[in-house]
Amino acid sequence: MQKYLGFQVMNPVLVKEFRGRMRTIKTPLLLAIYLLVVGGITFGYMYLRYSNQVFFRPGESKELFLILSVLQLILIGFVAPGLTAGTISGERERQTLNILLTTHLSPTKIVLSKLVSSLAFIGLLVFATLPVYAIVFLYGGISPGQLVGVFVTYLVSMLLFGSLGMFCSAWFKRTGVSTVLAYGLSLFLLGGTAILTLFLSEYISMYQYRTYGSHVGFPEIFYFAALNPVMNLVSVFEPSVVMLGQSNGTSAAQAIPIQPTLYYALVYVPVSALLLFFSVRMVSPVKKKLFRKAAR
Amino acid sequence: MIRTVNLTKRYGKFLAVNQLNLHIEQGSVFGFVGPNGAGKSTTMSILATLMEPTSGHAYVGGFDVTKDPDKVRQLIGYMPDFFGVYDNLTAVEYLDFYAGAYDIPKEKRPALIQDLLELVNLSMKADAYVDTLSRGMKQRLGLARCLVHDPQVLILDEPASGLDPRARIEMKDILKELKAMGKTIIISSHILPELAEMCDTIGIIEQGQLIALAPVDQIASRVAGHRVLRVKLLERAQEAYDQVHYLEHVTNADVQENTLLIHYTGDEAGQVALLSKLVQNGLPVLSFAEEAGNLEEVFLTVTKGVGS
Ligand SMILES: Nc1ncnc2c1ncn2[C@@H]1O[C@H](COP(=O)(O)OP(=O)(O)O)[C@@H](O)[C@H]1O
Ligand SMILES: [Mg+2]
Repeated sequence: MQKYLGFQVMNPVLVKEFRGRMRTIKTPLLLAIYLLVVGGITFGYMYLRYSNQVFFRPGESKELFLILSVLQLILIGFVAPGLTAGTISGERERQTLNILLTTHLSPTKIVLSKLVSSLAFIGLLVFATLPVYAIVFLYGGISPGQLVGVFVTYLVSMLLFGSLGMFCSAWFKRTGVSTVLAYGLSLFLLGGTAILTLFLSEYISMYQYRTYGSHVGFPEIFYFAALNPVMNLVSVFEPSVVMLGQSNGTSAAQAIPIQPTLYYALVYVPVSALLLFFSVRMVSPVKKKLFRKAAR
Repeated sequence: MIRTVNLTKRYGKFLAVNQLNLHIEQGSVFGFVGPNGAGKSTTMSILATLMEPTSGHAYVGGFDVTKDPDKVRQLIGYMPDFFGVYDNLTAVEYLDFYAGAYDIPKEKRPALIQDLLELVNLSMKADAYVDTLSRGMKQRLGLARCLVHDPQVLILDEPASGLDPRARIEMKDILKELKAMGKTIIISSHILPELAEMCDTIGIIEQGQLIALAPVDQIASRVAGHRVLRVKLLERAQEAYDQVHYLEHVTNADVQENTLLIHYTGDEAGQVALLSKLVQNGLPVLSFAEEAGNLEEVFLTVTKGVGS
């Protein structure tokens, strides 16, 4: 099985990446900055919010939890492509990719190892913020199901943004270009999709007023809204978010056609797989023909 | 061991390798000589399964480089003309990484790495970070890297370029050792003399075409007795050419403005006769000098027409 996946738990690329990553000053620095940002905003918010209150309300802790989660998601959206956007192009620029490709390591193995090592590092970042979560969780108001929802969204997002950076890195020769494009695309995923969805929702409402004289609703907006990572994550706490008031008379919870987190995974896991597939193809020097040409 | 059949590579419209036919026997050392841009690196990348030919075929150990790249990779050790090393790895870790990439079991690696470092005279740098090594050392470490999986075939693209004379000699000694180990080696250079003493066969490539190919020992003796006579005339150089080019021992003659270059393989008496013939025919000979043949020029003359 491992052989077919072209992957082993500890293969040399992983070992080297981990070793290299743990040896530079960049790693603890990035970890420290990350914790400072997440912790600083959370505790800053708590301080401002609660410093003049005598007791806490669970509902407000939920709000804080939501802010913390969204913040972390956006950070994943920026750290993941940043880490992967230089992996393949970096090897190219360092003139080490060719050598690597003449070894027994398959392009699949190279790409997946690089992805896993980057994701493991983001995993470390997220894991390191657990104490912050624990403190917020202590205030109550969050169900374990919601917690699972948040972390599944994180996992899928890490895969998605990581694959996106990987794809750019395999596509472009220069790390600079690859990084800019990867950030552009993740910015679009994080913000662009939300703006487009809002526009679409507004347009449909307007259209319905004009044609039917009333607002009929457009529950299908869910399929667009839930594609936005932030809206999807918020829907773990506030399901109505992904309906944008287009529930068609029924309540938002009833109108949601499929569990948002599940939908998110069902769309983006295959998208990531496809991005990785094309990354591997772009890295392979001698391409296996997708469709064997008829013998001439 | 290595065979190419009408190997052709185009970059867009540019023809980098043109109908190249090579055959390299097992255990022999093939010197691939040509000026920069001749297509040596391109050919070697194709052999190393890093590039697909536009047309034609290349085989290593009987395996087609595009159909069976995995089998070919098992057989070859490839050293590109330019390669980088990872920073923040020591020489031992560097080799350990590639040993892992070749699926060499962990317990076998320490002894193997020690042997390799010894072979390339880097034992004392075992724990040094690779980015602190000198260019010559990096080049030797790269050679050790090619050898981790004990390949039968070595594809070395200008391994001595950019090295100082001392480092060149060290590199040459290591290569001789590898030759003695029975490896099939294809090695490129833009300088012929650098390769002549260690190769069994030399092929010269220019503008993507193989223009000469010959076993070194077969031509060595002929190269040894080969001189170039430089005859400077006041005028009528072409007339002088007509007088000498058909003579015995004149393998080639060339007119460059008022100078006649004669590739000559005869003895000294013949050389005197040649000069007096020119003078007796009333040609205004200004000077007459003998120069040691440029090995490359000589090689081309000797092997004229072999490749085409
Ligand atoms: N990727 C490429 N794209 C376009 N032209 C290239 C590329 N690589 C090499 N060339 C051209 O092909 C020719 C042969 O290059 P190369 O094989 O590197 O020659 P050599 O190694 O003999 O110096 C050169 O003229 C070079 O400019
Ligand atoms: Mg070259």
